[in-house]
Amino acid sequence: MHTLERIVIVGASLAGLRAAETLRSEGFGGSITLVGDEVHAPYDRPPLSKEVLRGDWDADRVMLAAGADEGLDLTWERGVAATGLDLEDRRVALADGRTLPFDGLVIASGAAPRRIPGTEHLRGVHTLRTLDDALAVRGAIDAGAERVVVVGAGFIGAEVAASCRARGVEVTMVEPLPAPLARVLGPAMGEVVADLHREHGVDLRVGTGVAAVTEADAGRLHVALTDETTVEADLVVVGIGVVPNTGWLHESGLLLEDGVLCDETTSAGPGVVACGDVARWPNRLFDETMRVEHWEHALDMGAHAARRLLAGDGPGEPFTPVPFFWSDQYDRKIQLAGRVRPADQIEVVAGSLEERKFCALYGRDGRVVGALTMNMPGRVIRYRRQIADGLRWDDALAAVAEAVAASVPSAASAPPAP
Amino acid sequence: MRVVVDFDLCESNAVCMGIAPEVFEVRDDDFLYVLQEEPGEALRPQVVEAAARCPKQAITIEG
Repeated sequence: MHTLERIVIVGASLAGLRAAETLRSEGFGGSITLVGDEVHAPYDRPPLSKEVLRGDWDADRVMLAAGADEGLDLTWERGVAATGLDLEDRRVALADGRTLPFDGLVIASGAAPRRIPGTEHLRGVHTLRTLDDALAVRGAIDAGAERVVVVGAGFIGAEVAASCRARGVEVTMVEPLPAPLARVLGPAMGEVVADLHREHGVDLRVGTGVAAVTEADAGRLHVALTDETTVEADLVVVGIGVVPNTGWLHESGLLLEDGVLCDETTSAGPGVVACGDVARWPNRLFDETMRVEHWEHALDMGAHAARRLLAGDGPGEPFTPVPFFWSDQYDRKIQLAGRVRPADQIEVVAGSLEERKFCALYGRDGRVVGALTMNMPGRVIRYRRQIADGLRWDDALAAVAEAVAASVPSAASAPPAP
Repeated sequence: MRVVVDFDLCESNAVCMGIAPEVFEVRDDDFLYVLQEEPGEALRPQVVEAAARCPKQAITIEG
């Protein structure tokens, strides 16, 4: 491979910025150009649906420190989207007609929220992905919106519902699956989250979708559901998942399959790596080709992809993380380490579902594949490490039983007096 | 090097504990305990990483 002097990173959010930082910390001295379609400096997204929406934080508080670090010597192309990639000529095309030559390319173009077809022109219908989105929803609440319909009870929807309740807004949350977060936690644990929302006054409509949203007089919205009921709202926030931003790659020759398909080292082609929400790769640890949209993942894969790019024609290291996320809803902190499926076996190993303070393990084929906690943050981190080491289901349950036995004092198990 | 945690900001996400378990521990009472307030230099890379990754930016390093 030719020498690496010019690296272009498409995507100036968490994964792209982390890749840039890593390139520098690994000693890359050439040029790094970051291309981002937003005009803002890179910012952190997790607070958008929480602190920013609740009005606790101003916009300047979410900026990522590394984005302002002049020591990284980065060239910025902000407010301009990448529109094409020519792998033969090794150039990225930009929306303003320019092209950027590169020796190495990091694809970190992220994902865009799905919208409900036919609602694009309605001013009261929002998605929540960007800082501008969050400020728009917050602005609508500041302006007096009293009733919100949240479409989709995934992470974004559930957090938006909780933040809106904190601001005293009436919330109806609509979810086609049987429970909130059911896709990521499975239906049984999703039910715990459902109760949490109902207890905080959310009108939760599960097993139903949105048929149509129409504008009535005075900006009021009518949300028609597939169960033939209608909900009125001042504001609709849609959180029905994202689509990876691969439109600009359609004619590049890269393999696109719900994201950019990489090998297990994050390489997508000669001198091309991908990371973050846009990248799909085979994770050997779980024997599954996955695309992960979590915050930590963007950091880890961004760093890994940068090192992979610098390794050039070398074989590179496989990327084998245990995915991890957290979600704050009301006074509960939900954290999951691992990769779970609806059919996995589940065992609560600490606390109880009733008090909504617990740790549950997910098992498959004799292995622990996930650990879920609600308000037990220490445990999920410990299990995350053990899952990476291939923790067996039987061993995990035996360790729990042993710990329980050790905590119950009895004559038989008491240590002998000194 | 001195590790300072702003406990008004800390939400016990335990991300720091995953990176530097020698320094940070979130126990079952949900509170973060700083096990070494002045860890040795050998731990600096992990502590810096933990501070950078704290979702609440609650960790600072002095010195």
